[in-house]
Amino acid sequence: MLASLTRLQRYYLYYTGGFLLFVAGLAVLERQGMPPRWIGYAFLFFTISMYGAIGIFSRTSDVSEYYVAGRRVPAFFNGMATGADWMSAASFMGLAGTLYLSGFQGLAYVIGWTGGFVLVALLLAPYLRRFGQYTIPDFLGARYGGNGVRLVAVVAAILASFVYVVAQIYGVGVITSRFVSLQFEIGVFVGLAGILVCSFLGGMRAVTWTQVAQYLILIVAYVTPVAILSYNVTGNPLPQFVYGRVLAQVGELETSLFNKPSEVEVRRLYRERADLHAQKIISLPHSLDHERDQLSAQINALKSSDAQMKDIVALERRLRDLPHDPEQAKALWENAMFTAVDRSQVPIHHAEAFPGEDERQQMAQRINFIALIFCLTIGTAALPHVLMRYYTTPSVREARESVFWSLVFILLLYMTAPAYAVFAKHEVLTHLVEIPIAKLPSWVAAWTKVGLVSIEDINGDGILQFAELSLNPDVVVLATPEIAGMPYVVSGLVAAGALAAALSTADGLLLTITGALSHDVYYRIIRPDASTQLRLVISKSLLLVVAVLAATVAAQKPGTILSMVAWAFSIAGSAFFPALVLGIFWSRATRAGALSGMLVGVSLTLYYILRLEFNNLPWLGLSGINMPPWFQVQSTSAGVFGVLAGFATIILVSLLTPPDAGAQDFLERIRRVGKYREEHA
Amino acid sequence: MPENDAYWRQTRLLTLLLLGLWILITFVLAWFAQEINRIVVFGFPLGFYMDAQGVLALYLAIIWYYNRRMAQLDRHHGIDDE
Repeated sequence: MLASLTRLQRYYLYYTGGFLLFVAGLAVLERQGMPPRWIGYAFLFFTISMYGAIGIFSRTSDVSEYYVAGRRVPAFFNGMATGADWMSAASFMGLAGTLYLSGFQGLAYVIGWTGGFVLVALLLAPYLRRFGQYTIPDFLGARYGGNGVRLVAVVAAILASFVYVVAQIYGVGVITSRFVSLQFEIGVFVGLAGILVCSFLGGMRAVTWTQVAQYLILIVAYVTPVAILSYNVTGNPLPQFVYGRVLAQVGELETSLFNKPSEVEVRRLYRERADLHAQKIISLPHSLDHERDQLSAQINALKSSDAQMKDIVALERRLRDLPHDPEQAKALWENAMFTAVDRSQVPIHHAEAFPGEDERQQMAQRINFIALIFCLTIGTAALPHVLMRYYTTPSVREARESVFWSLVFILLLYMTAPAYAVFAKHEVLTHLVEIPIAKLPSWVAAWTKVGLVSIEDINGDGILQFAELSLNPDVVVLATPEIAGMPYVVSGLVAAGALAAALSTADGLLLTITGALSHDVYYRIIRPDASTQLRLVISKSLLLVVAVLAATVAAQKPGTILSMVAWAFSIAGSAFFPALVLGIFWSRATRAGALSGMLVGVSLTLYYILRLEFNNLPWLGLSGINMPPWFQVQSTSAGVFGVLAGFATIILVSLLTPPDAGAQDFLERIRRVGKYREEHA
Repeated sequence: MPENDAYWRQTRLLTLLLLGLWILITFVLAWFAQEINRIVVFGFPLGFYMDAQGVLALYLAIIWYYNRRMAQLDRHHGIDDE
């Protein structure tokens, strides 16, 4: 049977076997008393050095190898590499967490992030491969002609990819700081090294083969804990098939738990706190002065009595931590108010679609569910770093097949995620809620320290209520092994998987950014006569610069990074999707149409995001720009308007301008029709 | 004009049909998820299960069918892509 496999398949089989042996070895060592931190180091060191070794073996100085892996990647492996390229830290850590927190509503991500591949298969991949150049701006530049379209495409590609890459490196920082206790900033630069070892030396070729290796690790890491959990709870290790029963149990637990007097009481206390904050915000700035005076008075009173020193210190710290001015106080208290409001709501039932108190709320949920699916599918089908992968197959037919394999490998994770969330919720509801806070397991403290778990005994009964526990979505996957009491080696494995997911996506994104800059801007626009050697030197230096820049931004811990990733989908979707699809399927689409459509689409998306998310933009001199949403659509789905406006603009402007003369040849080539076919028959 | 070419016409028709199916199972099904959820199969609320697993399998089937048909069309029209 081994002989029927190709050489590559055998290599990766040995590699997977080697990795499993490594994990088993660590499991044995853990039994012998190897400390957890060493297990974390072993995983970090082993995986990054594997990626580095593949990167060094695949080093290249050939342009075609560097940009498109020599177009020699078989469909099966391109599918696997695309899977790793596509599944980012957000898929690996965030997806199951989002499903855990928002139940049915989270399924929009599952559908959106997989449904997009149908669009890639039907509308884009075969035609991109037939065109057979290097980047997405390349394709648009050739179809519509002129540097204008190319430049707009470059800017949009960089805009969408850069925020995305920052989020990946940020994810690496979170993982390393928790599992090997590195300082966050140092962890970020360790991640940077992990990314650079493969992409710098070997470009797309090295990244492809590393991504295959990373896919294997990430899928093993994702499936293992949930299979163990499933086996423990149901006796069947295939969670996808048996979680229906567990889901029903979760539903019953939810119903009985949410109505308990203690839970109702806790939610009432949170509502009171929210009201209190609202009061304080309304009566600013007096409320701030009042609070400050009150604290000072308390401190003085304590000082004159013989109170404990530590009580005084605590109060003094509270006084110091008070906001300095009313504006800061407003932001801080609003934040606290919204958190309290969140916790005061009756939690949603996991399987309930479009939960809401009345028809209007339910309709808003429904509209946002659909709108989010729309944006994520279109965005998936327009992200340059994914589309670029379909340039690397040997033929058009293999490009089509590799979309199929991509989806197969992606589904392995995406079909597991909903089960993951249900099993994690089952664990929390049965083993964590209603136990005394003093007896909480140690992982709670460990994750509280990183700031991803928070627990507050608001009613002071010393027992954890469901409403008193707040989990960051990222923590669900990372902490499930600990929540279920599995050996630490499983936690290490999960961390290695998350690391692989983040690194592989970051690699693909960096290549997209540097490709756009070095190939599209430098080679195609500035110096078409540049030698291939110079082009590679430029490309590699840009890679270094962009990577360091992204790591520097990530080290600042930008707070809004996760919502920024959602925006990247809307930006990419409205910039690329209408221009690409109409460019292939509508011969009448013109350069002026495409250019204006791309600009209108991206501008509208950005406009919607800015006006919904921000009230003041000091650097633009704008204030009070906040507006109510259109049709109740949230800013994460801004692309709905951008994509539709993009389509409408391209069609309208194209009909008003004369047809491009050059489009005919291009379309005959990528559709394989007319003169082209006669000449190549 | 290339629009009348048989290979391209058939490719386009296939693309359009499968795209229609895709819209149906993605958006129409999701829109009515609340109603479909009332049906329970093997302990799964159907709306939840379709969107969590069923639709994904259908996506795979769509791509598989498209590839098969396109390979046939390529052969039939003598299209040889590199």
